[in-house]
Amino acid sequence: MSVLSFPAFTARLRHAEHVMGTVVSFDVPLSARDDGSLDSAVRWLHWVDRIFSPYRPDSDVSLLASAEVTVEACAPEVAEVLAACAFVRELSGGYFTSSPGGQFDPSGYVKGWAIERAADILTQAGSASHLVNGGGDVQCVGGRGAEPWRVGIADPFRPGRLALVVTARDHAVATSGTAERGSHIVNPVAGRPASGLASLTVAGPSLALADACATAAFAMGPELAREWTESLEHHEAFAITTAGEAWQTTGFSRHISTD
Amino acid sequence: MRRVILAVTATVAGLVALLSFKTHSPSAERTVATPQQPPSLPSGERAITGNVADTAYGPVQVQLVMKSTRIVTVNILEQPSSTEHDLQLGQLAFPRLIGETIAAQSARIDTVSGATYTSGGYIKSLQSALDNGV
Repeated sequence: MSVLSFPAFTARLRHAEHVMGTVVSFDVPLSARDDGSLDSAVRWLHWVDRIFSPYRPDSDVSLLASAEVTVEACAPEVAEVLAACAFVRELSGGYFTSSPGGQFDPSGYVKGWAIERAADILTQAGSASHLVNGGGDVQCVGGRGAEPWRVGIADPFRPGRLALVVTARDHAVATSGTAERGSHIVNPVAGRPASGLASLTVAGPSLALADACATAAFAMGPELAREWTESLEHHEAFAITTAGEAWQTTGFSRHISTD
Repeated sequence: MRRVILAVTATVAGLVALLSFKTHSPSAERTVATPQQPPSLPSGERAITGNVADTAYGPVQVQLVMKSTRIVTVNILEQPSSTEHDLQLGQLAFPRLIGETIAAQSARIDTVSGATYTSGGYIKSLQSALDNGV
């Protein structure tokens, strides 16, 4: 075997962390373990969970929801998240909300934002090639060595199978759907569970925004979601309807891997 | 690199496994097919020739044609051919194994995007398999 003719691959490490009610998977260079940045990213996610979990009675979000504290008394990141939620709400014409059940719960924004920040922590420590996947929402930094990252999009109708593969470099890929937890996304405009889509994927530079846009577009249903995602700059979308039909925005094809 | 070695190993192992299923009548004269020279390669592609693997039914040698780190095709340079059965089986087995090798790596992914799973749902997920190096 002419093993030596291959370029050397950087040694890599995979890590899976149970946090925020899901599992966050890391694919990082070994240096991220050695310089402590992987630990920092993991600690950050647990901190976010403590501050933002609506399931912890003592979290800032729970205390804020029950009006026991003001925003000013919370961690400064809470105000940052609130502002971002208001921005996406505006951007989506009200299809994104930080109070889906009538009660303050910014979870729809927090997870993507926290994952993107975790990826930033690794970047700041010097990594130029890593990937963080929070329960199915992915932030890619750089590529996997010289090649782009390859992100499989789950087929909502066939568990364990892929609908297609997209390539991503310095890009985020977020998918909203009913395959894992049922009809949990509310259409806040109509005040009932979102319907018409089985899965909707948004690719864009930032996971915080791509994830929130995927949630908003899913709530819109197939027709409006297509029109809206087509209008978004720097973002592309791919969707599969409950009838099994697929559509994509005009620029999405450059993400699709054909090899 | 590890993937490539695994792919070669899997191809040869799969081949040996398939050959093992047949009832083989050893013949005294065991001829070896003349190694075929593959056509010259398009730019960006390169060929990696494996060592000759001695199987119970005769020598097997495969060659991978690579583009970057991906397998484009697999050439069989040497295969057991001492009986008519060897040749027939080779005609059936090789295309299937080559197809599986290429299909398996063309679906190569680093991660999976999908509806958010819970900690419990993760266990059954494709991402969990990837994290465990499957």
